Amino acid sequence: MKIVVAIKQVPSRDAPVRIAPGGMWIDETDLEWTINEPDAHALEEALQLKEKHGGEVVVVSAGPERVAAAIREALAQGADRGLAIVSDDLGARDALGVAKLLAAAIQPEAPDLVLTGLQSEDLGLGQTGVILAELLGLPHATLILHVEKTDAGLKVKRELEEGWFQSIEMPLPALVTMQSGCNKLRYATLMGIKRAKTKELRAVSAAELAENAAPVTTLDQISAPKKQKKTQILSGSPKEASAALVEKLRTEARVL
Amino acid sequence: MSVFLVLEESRGKISHPSWEALAAAHRLAPAREIVAVVIGADTEALAAEAATKSVGKVVRVEHPLLAPYTSDGFSAALYQLLQSQSPTQWVIFPHTYQVRDFAPALACRMGQVLIGDVTGIEDGPVFTRQLLQGRLNGSYRHHGSGPCFVSVQAGAFRAEALDTPANAGPAPIEVFTPTLDSAQIRTRPGEPFRESAQTVDLGSAERIVSVGRGIKGAENLPLVEALAQALDAELAASRPICDNGWLPLERQVGSSGHTVAPRLYLAIGISGAIQHLVGMKGSACIVAINKDPDAPIFEVADYGIVGDLFEVVPALTQAVKAG
Repeated sequence: MKIVVAIKQVPSRDAPVRIAPGGMWIDETDLEWTINEPDAHALEEALQLKEKHGGEVVVVSAGPERVAAAIREALAQGADRGLAIVSDDLGARDALGVAKLLAAAIQPEAPDLVLTGLQSEDLGLGQTGVILAELLGLPHATLILHVEKTDAGLKVKRELEEGWFQSIEMPLPALVTMQSGCNKLRYATLMGIKRAKTKELRAVSAAELAENAAPVTTLDQISAPKKQKKTQILSGSPKEASAALVEKLRTEARVL
Repeated sequence: MSVFLVLEESRGKISHPSWEALAAAHRLAPAREIVAVVIGADTEALAAEAATKSVGKVVRVEHPLLAPYTSDGFSAALYQLLQSQSPTQWVIFPHTYQVRDFAPALACRMGQVLIGDVTGIEDGPVFTRQLLQGRLNGSYRHHGSGPCFVSVQAGAFRAEALDTPANAGPAPIEVFTPTLDSAQIRTRPGEPFRESAQTVDLGSAERIVSVGRGIKGAENLPLVEALAQALDAELAASRPICDNGWLPLERQVGSSGHTVAPRLYLAIGISGAIQHLVGMKGSACIVAINKDPDAPIFEVADYGIVGDLFEVVPALTQAVKAG
């Protein structure tokens, strides 16, 4: 089975977030970057499917040159090949614009399965995978916890709301977006990291793949969220703060 | 008419988040210009329910192939409906798992992009949605002739005062029959199921102590268990804790777990991603303990302690016992 995994490089979870001058996006200097967590789970699912059924895992990522590091990490974990779609102004594209780039890169690969995470941890649009399926003309399923290959195609386990699940059967080729936490992520071994250096990582410029059409939606400004409530922060040593909190919960909130 | 509002069904009724989406639609257009859309294989009761609300018209998009839900079926049917109408300015949805599954594809088919998970609508209109797991807000605009697709986050708009019909008496109901062929529907969904019987009832708990990523490992759980016991509270968790198997799924609070509203909700080492907040922000009193003063959980907390949970939690357990 040939599987393409679309991954995104995002600021690491604990990275400090500062609004850049102009208020259009965050200040990216000194940020640490990582593979978007749901995408890491999509990669893991792909690697497990390859271990079971054979085939090839190709990793695709779009962004500035730094995304090569995310692809190398995926190669070190066991992916076979990488494709970087290099663009310095990805932020000027909306979800459709980005999905068009990915579609143009993935189409010639003619994969049996495209996997990606259900959403990114930075923009959190949660729709790149679904749009990609539409552009590639593939059936899709979202919020998937497990992918099983069957004679007829795929059987996937989908998460519904409030603790419910559902199985969905679908033919191949198909696109599936994976839920975060659905499998146990592996670490790259030393051998894997060594091997990754010799694996193919091809770079194509975004301009070669798809023209930059005017976006339908734009992110015009970012801002710190307004507080929904006025939080009383209790300061002092852990002991002092705890005593003050218990007092507040008793006499003010009356919940103890 | 200028707004299509696509309602979602839940256990035979129109779901609450659908009415919140109607409240959002009212920000964009007067009630008489809002078309409520119900979709499925049997939509008669849903349409009658929708007709009592402040909408101008109800459309039943009905076809045997629209049950059960599939992305292929819903996208094709709604695409045909939108094509059959005079230009529509807005298409509004509640931001549910189901909408996330098909609305981006439907928008794409019309050359559009969904502005998803919207928490606010300001003049312009400018749509607010959260970025970086709730640490920042983003202001989005739509450009061009549309229609503009928008999905509305649960809990962001109040579903109140919607019972006044736009006209005298219930809104008129029309039927739209899409042309669907079973070959168009490529996925075969099975019946929904649950994994295991529920043994705790978080929904009726008076007090909840909830733990997140900050706890670092299952071996540290006794710390929060001791606090929960001292407070006579149920223990709950954010998603990563249950994904790791440190606590069972039935103790998970958030969009994929339970929605709770206890008198006291104590969030320990939980940053407060929106998926978690939607499950607990209705709690009467919220306390957050987190080392990051900018964690979004503090946006909804009544009381907070900024500090290392490994120091604060034992001290708090002592303080509760001492009291």
